[in-house]
Amino acid sequence: MTRLRAIALLMLLILALSACSGSESTPDAASDDPATTDDAGDDAGDDAGDDAGDDAGDDAGDDDSGDVTNLVFWVGFSDREFDVIQEVVDEYDASRDDITIELVGGVNDDQITAALRAGDAPDVVSSFTSANVGQYCGDGGWVDLKPYMDANGISEDQFAEPPMYYTQYDGVRCALPMLADARGFYYNTDMFAEAGLTDPPKNFDELAEYAKALTKTDADGKIEVLGFNPLFGFYQNEPGAWSVAGGAEWVNEDGSSAFSSDPAWAEVLTWQKELVDHFGYDNLVEYGTGAGDEWSGSHAFSNGRLAMMFDGEWRVAFVAAAAEEGAAVEYATAPLPTADADDYGAGYINGTIIGIPHNSPNPELGWELVQYMATDDHALAMLSNGLRNVPSTKSSAESPELTDDENFATFIDVFNHPKSRTVPITKVGGAYMDLVNTFLTEWQAGNVSDLEAGLADLDAQIDAQLAQAG
Amino acid sequence: MTQSTATVAGADSAPATTNSPAARKRSKRRAAWRRRGLVLLLMSPWIIGSCVFLWFPLIMNAYLSFTRYNLLTSPQWIGLSNYEYMLTTDKMIFPSVINTLWFIAVSVPLRVVFAFGVAVMLARAKHGAGFFRTVFYLPALAPPVAATLAFVYLMNPSTGPVNIILGKLGIQGPLWFNSPSWSKPALVLLAIWGMGNIMIIFLAAVLDVPTHLYESAELDGAGPFQRMRFVTIPTISPVILFAVVIGVIEGLQYFTQGFVAGAIAAGQASQAGTIANLEPGYPLGSTLFYPILLYFNAFRYFNMGYAAAMAMVLLVAAFSFTLLIVRNSRRWVHTAGRP
Repeated sequence: MTRLRAIALLMLLILALSACSGSESTPDAASDDPATTDDAGDDAGDDAGDDAGDDAGDDAGDDDSGDVTNLVFWVGFSDREFDVIQEVVDEYDASRDDITIELVGGVNDDQITAALRAGDAPDVVSSFTSANVGQYCGDGGWVDLKPYMDANGISEDQFAEPPMYYTQYDGVRCALPMLADARGFYYNTDMFAEAGLTDPPKNFDELAEYAKALTKTDADGKIEVLGFNPLFGFYQNEPGAWSVAGGAEWVNEDGSSAFSSDPAWAEVLTWQKELVDHFGYDNLVEYGTGAGDEWSGSHAFSNGRLAMMFDGEWRVAFVAAAAEEGAAVEYATAPLPTADADDYGAGYINGTIIGIPHNSPNPELGWELVQYMATDDHALAMLSNGLRNVPSTKSSAESPELTDDENFATFIDVFNHPKSRTVPITKVGGAYMDLVNTFLTEWQAGNVSDLEAGLADLDAQIDAQLAQAG
Repeated sequence: MTQSTATVAGADSAPATTNSPAARKRSKRRAAWRRRGLVLLLMSPWIIGSCVFLWFPLIMNAYLSFTRYNLLTSPQWIGLSNYEYMLTTDKMIFPSVINTLWFIAVSVPLRVVFAFGVAVMLARAKHGAGFFRTVFYLPALAPPVAATLAFVYLMNPSTGPVNIILGKLGIQGPLWFNSPSWSKPALVLLAIWGMGNIMIIFLAAVLDVPTHLYESAELDGAGPFQRMRFVTIPTISPVILFAVVIGVIEGLQYFTQGFVAGAIAAGQASQAGTIANLEPGYPLGSTLFYPILLYFNAFRYFNMGYAAAMAMVLLVAAFSFTLLIVRNSRRWVHTAGRP
């Protein structure tokens, strides 16, 4: 009996010791890693100083041990776009003897959020969802880049103005833009010619008129070719683009939600619902299920099943890639049609953001990669040419490496338009937009009988949500 | 040295004390403590496991439900605010509860009925029983995500083979996962398709029904329906209770299939990086089940305190449902004299 008890106690002791050693091994291993600390020191770590450096910066040494650090870089891009990023990253990788970069594509914000909490974070991370920057900056999920920028002489003035808003929250700059996106209008010029149309629609009346004229149905009334799909949630039909097109504000001067107080929302939604009803909600939903994947050559616009659409500048590259695969389409681009003629030329702006997770294993080396991807003219020109995204620094916008393209140039103009804007950056990030999307989809399905009351209720929900987040 | 001295001293005094009632009592008490100690020792892995993986998380969850917590900064005590927000303000709660209850109310009985029906048929199969058992059990082995993906593609209103076949038969197929009216029924079909686990349990129970009961019933003139009604069902009623309780608990935790179906049907198949425009519970909130909303709050909205409050409510609901079913079961579950 005594022996049995002794054996059991011994096993418990071993378990306890192994548990303790397990919990301590990770930070020890990280802090003792010479490759991490030493390599971090040379360029950014020493410069960034105490504020930005944290452990890695403080420990940064001068020992050139020759070790190579593996940096993990998460991006949302996939397929062809991923290859473009890989090419740029490979160039940087080749220029550095002290690092190798592992690029991971197809990462979404749910995965980023989980990594911020789970402790298994990459060294550098980028997100398509700039609206989430309020969460990343506000809660310290991504590290403050300001000390790094100051230490390396990088000024906010180097960047175009719009991206500077959606890469910070409440004064904390936890991200930088890695190119930018502007929404504009695409139209199929062959279909326009066939219908006797010449210029793109500039206002909502023209858009509705053209959409009806360009739509073709089969004998059963099913949509074969759609002039324009007004459904929220279809491809890039985002509330952000509609707010700019409709001239609608998101926030009142007192900071409260403005859906019910700004009549522009009711006007644009009423117009949208009339067009939805013209085609039939179920018809549009069914059409959407066979419209083709947005991020491949099967896209409805490339396959001649969609005549007009709101989309970002990146579609220029996608259409070109689809054309190489045999889905050629003659098209042109223009600014979004607007409710108010004075707003014509403006567009919805957001873009890919890049930063360093608070639990990045190598924040110093991570910063150097961030700096390269966000500020290096050559890198940005390569990315812009490959992705057909808008260059986000003033100097890269003037780069001679940029390839000229008439359709892409439209989006540069939209990006630089003084009335172009993005959606509000809030602490609740995606939760805010989920409420908006939920209401808009209920509205277009005909489930909201009183629009004014519905918008007031939406305002109340948003305000309560923001208050609940503290 | 001290120990050996004590032992010697004890040995010297032993003859004088071992037979006294007090010594016997002490000895018995020591033996009882040793037994208790041994039991405790043998149970210690479970005790440690339950403390670490059940009670500590449960107590922490209860505490966090009274806080504002984003997992990156320290929790802030806010009292009942999370519960108040849940019950008075959050407009997504009610639809998610209704969706969850709808799914439980429809899928649990259907799964039990279909699994039981298939089990009865398989129990009577004279040829190819092994083959058919494999066929009906096989879907249970399919990973939930893969199975859901397959169903969404099969039922795509425009390009899926289901609607193409229906169209050839002159039937206008529904929008399935793209329709708020059909999305949950489509998920129920998926649930029924994957009923293999319950079916196997039913099959074992049906095969275990004593043959003499059927023979007695036949001698009494009972037909097939009466044998089913008065022999099979009462005998396997504890298994039915098990299937219902497990089904309800699984229904309250229903997540993967609803989440994947909503995301894929919304057209998010290949754009992993852009989920911001994904409407929660596409289409029109019809696949927004309570655990999905909980997940959104915990892992997408950085609102872990509120998610903890939702989890506490879910725990109470699961407990209440189980209690209700078990208490109610005394009226219809045949226990053969067992308590």
